[in-house]
Amino acid sequence: MTVSGVLGKYGLRFAALGYLTVLLMVPVGMIFYRAFENGVGGAWDSVTTPDALHSFYLTLVMVAIAVPANTIFGVGCALLLVRTDFRGKALLNALIDIPFAVSPVVIGLSLILVYGSGGWFGGWLIQHGVQIIFAVPGMVLATIFVSLPFVVREVVPVLHEIGDEQEQAARTLGANGWQTFRRVTLPAIRWGVTYGVVLSTARALGEFGAVAVVSGHISGETETAPLYVWHEFQNFNTAGAYAASLVLALLALVTLFAMNISKRKESNA
Amino acid sequence: MSALSGTRAEAPPRAAFWPRLGGATLGRGLVTAYLSLIVLIPLAALTVQSTEGGMGTFWTAITNSEAIAALKLTLIASLIVVAINAVMGTTIAWVLVRDSFPGKGVVNSLIDLPFALPTIVAGITLLALYGPKSPVGIDVAYTRIAVIMALLFVTLPFVVRAVQPTLLVLDREMEEAAASLGAKPLTVFRRIVLPSLSPAILAGVALAFARSIGEFGSLVLLSGNIPFKTEVASVFIFGQIETGTTESAAAVSVLLLAIALVMLLLIGLVSRWSLRHDR
Amino acid sequence: MKTPRWATLAIAVGLTLPLGLGVAACGSSSGDSEISLVAYSTPEGVYTDELIPAFQKTSEGDGTTFKTSFAGSGDQSRAVEAGQPGDVVHFSLDPDMQRVVDAGKVAKNWNQNSYHGHVEDSVVVFVVRKGNPEGVQSWDDIIDKDLEVVTPNPFQSGGAKWNLMAAYGAQINEGRSTQEAQDYLQQLLSQTSVQDSSARDALNTFVNGKGDVLLSYENEAIAAQQAGEDVDYVTPDDTILIETPIAATTEASTQAQDFVDYLYTPDAQEIWADAGYRPVVKSVFDQNKDKFPTPPGLFTIDDLGGWDKVNTDFFDPTDGIVAQIEKNLGVATE
Repeated sequence: MTVSGVLGKYGLRFAALGYLTVLLMVPVGMIFYRAFENGVGGAWDSVTTPDALHSFYLTLVMVAIAVPANTIFGVGCALLLVRTDFRGKALLNALIDIPFAVSPVVIGLSLILVYGSGGWFGGWLIQHGVQIIFAVPGMVLATIFVSLPFVVREVVPVLHEIGDEQEQAARTLGANGWQTFRRVTLPAIRWGVTYGVVLSTARALGEFGAVAVVSGHISGETETAPLYVWHEFQNFNTAGAYAASLVLALLALVTLFAMNISKRKESNA
Repeated sequence: MSALSGTRAEAPPRAAFWPRLGGATLGRGLVTAYLSLIVLIPLAALTVQSTEGGMGTFWTAITNSEAIAALKLTLIASLIVVAINAVMGTTIAWVLVRDSFPGKGVVNSLIDLPFALPTIVAGITLLALYGPKSPVGIDVAYTRIAVIMALLFVTLPFVVRAVQPTLLVLDREMEEAAASLGAKPLTVFRRIVLPSLSPAILAGVALAFARSIGEFGSLVLLSGNIPFKTEVASVFIFGQIETGTTESAAAVSVLLLAIALVMLLLIGLVSRWSLRHDR
Repeated sequence: MKTPRWATLAIAVGLTLPLGLGVAACGSSSGDSEISLVAYSTPEGVYTDELIPAFQKTSEGDGTTFKTSFAGSGDQSRAVEAGQPGDVVHFSLDPDMQRVVDAGKVAKNWNQNSYHGHVEDSVVVFVVRKGNPEGVQSWDDIIDKDLEVVTPNPFQSGGAKWNLMAAYGAQINEGRSTQEAQDYLQQLLSQTSVQDSSARDALNTFVNGKGDVLLSYENEAIAAQQAGEDVDYVTPDDTILIETPIAATTEASTQAQDFVDYLYTPDAQEIWADAGYRPVVKSVFDQNKDKFPTPPGLFTIDDLGGWDKVNTDFFDPTDGIVAQIEKNLGVATE
């Protein structure tokens, strides 16, 4: 390699790593450092208060509802988009991408406009004792909104790629729809689905803005972990905020790990 | 993302495979119902609310000078951010694919962290690091630089992850041929590699832009929220919601959404165009 | 062209699953003795740690449980208007209460008790770094020394409105004309480097190192000191009396009203005083006079025309004086 080639190589490496250090590594390191400001015991105490524990629980509930719902929707929708033809398919395709383009604050506002007491359904629902906004269901809806597209988007290319020959073969051999899906289609798309699930989970875990607008800030009830972090930060409890942030960062790292594995399997499949 | 490349399998007419029409209609109906419930109805309510006082009110809301300032800042900051991302994202992807160094695997995994980390955590961390109590002496909080920094953080993965797969499968023969003919590395990159990468870069840029103009959580603490100076569109909308002028909030929201969709559309078109013209 | 039955079934499940689970998850049945408190951000500590436990030890409060929500006053007021359930609402300024009265959530006679519905008071003070290194003593000092000011965004935060009216009223007190007072506000805002969306956020910004002087509630300054932050505060001679409205909502139980009544008792007022809030009950206030000096030039919002007038004249988002000032400053800095 020429001198300029070598310089170029190290120059690029330096630029890339330098950028990543300033923007990514140092902040992440900071979370670890500040979380243990009061020692490991202090950090543990902060994240095991009833409010903190409930916030983690609530975050996981959000994910546990949003991700399966979006997965079922995602697989079904992907099948519709790839294996069937209908007018308006292009429109459906475009609509799926909307959640990428909407600001979280706007999502929150729209939900209030529908389910708030002056909203389209809100008045009737509240009269009948169903509280959507400023309660958990509204937060679930917001979380589903933001994590909607991922499974569809990962499964569609895989479905295209594998073609429907095998499915057709199974049908001619007498398998019904469900058998075909379970034994032919699903195994073929499973890593695409997995990667989509992991992406949805990551997105749902990290959601803050939309949930913040519709949550009602009820301590111990409608605070997810990100909201809890904000709350503690505002109440001069920075150590507690960082400790909770650390838990979220660790959850994020686990999700990243899962992402990497399933992505590799997807491209190898 | 929606760059549906990949091979389309040769298949006989689908009617032979999925015979009964009724089921497809039901499936479509259910998909539409789900999508409506989750996405379409709320956004419809938003649009209706934004024009509640007639088009005149809508126009007044979006031509309000504070709204315009916020939108201008948001758009300019986002354009700067995606430009930086296009360059740095490609560089990082290049280094991760073509280079090797100890710890590369760890670095590669960490790229996605901004995607999975709650934005508020990013906000308080960046504030602690690059704000008034900065341990490294850099204080850029409450300035436009802070806005750009936070946006760079949250959009980090998009271009990198869009470019990496393309780079991985790129055939290096042409590059090697060009280099053996005496072309400098930069020329090789510019004339051979870049055209192949540009659809992927554009796809990443599209996502980064859409994310960037809507970003809220990391900016709510870090930007300083000063009208006309560091107030971005999403924070402005949040403020409008809090003051109760929901028609104004809805109007600016609709405008922001329209801009994002147009941008996504444009970039999609450009990348499809470049795909076609490049072969 | 058919979607197999399994797909449609799956989609159907996927549709009903979220709402069903969601509604179930929220269906925590609240007993009759659960009181839900929706309040502005700053009294969180004193409510959670002191007042609620103390009330639960009384005979009226025995057996009650509490659900609490604290956030910016405007935020909370709007949420209650949009349907957030609440039995007791406590805001930082009267217009926020008026909004929920207009929405029918609170009775129109909420302020007919002898305290006009205000359960605790405070004053606007200057929060400064420990030791007051800049030597800030008066409103003029802020301008003369060209200090960096932190105050919340007046269109989002109730506290910011109090701050600006304190500044304005102080100028009038010192004999300046209305135009000069407005010029003062413009100068003050031009020196403001950050405008957070709530008083508590502004305090955090200041405590995190930004700015030379923070305009805030006296009780916020005391709360910060009690939390160990390195700040001092100066009560200027001319400042405004902050009166915070509280009420039980129309659908609340009698126990909610009991809780509101309890907060006016001397015991509760003493708790307020210990936490840095000015008690409204005169006897308790007199006992704590050393802690709460009365500024010579203290005035109220009524002296400036009352909130209705002030809100329209100053804080109307399009024509208000402050909106005009912000626009002038924005145009100037563009």
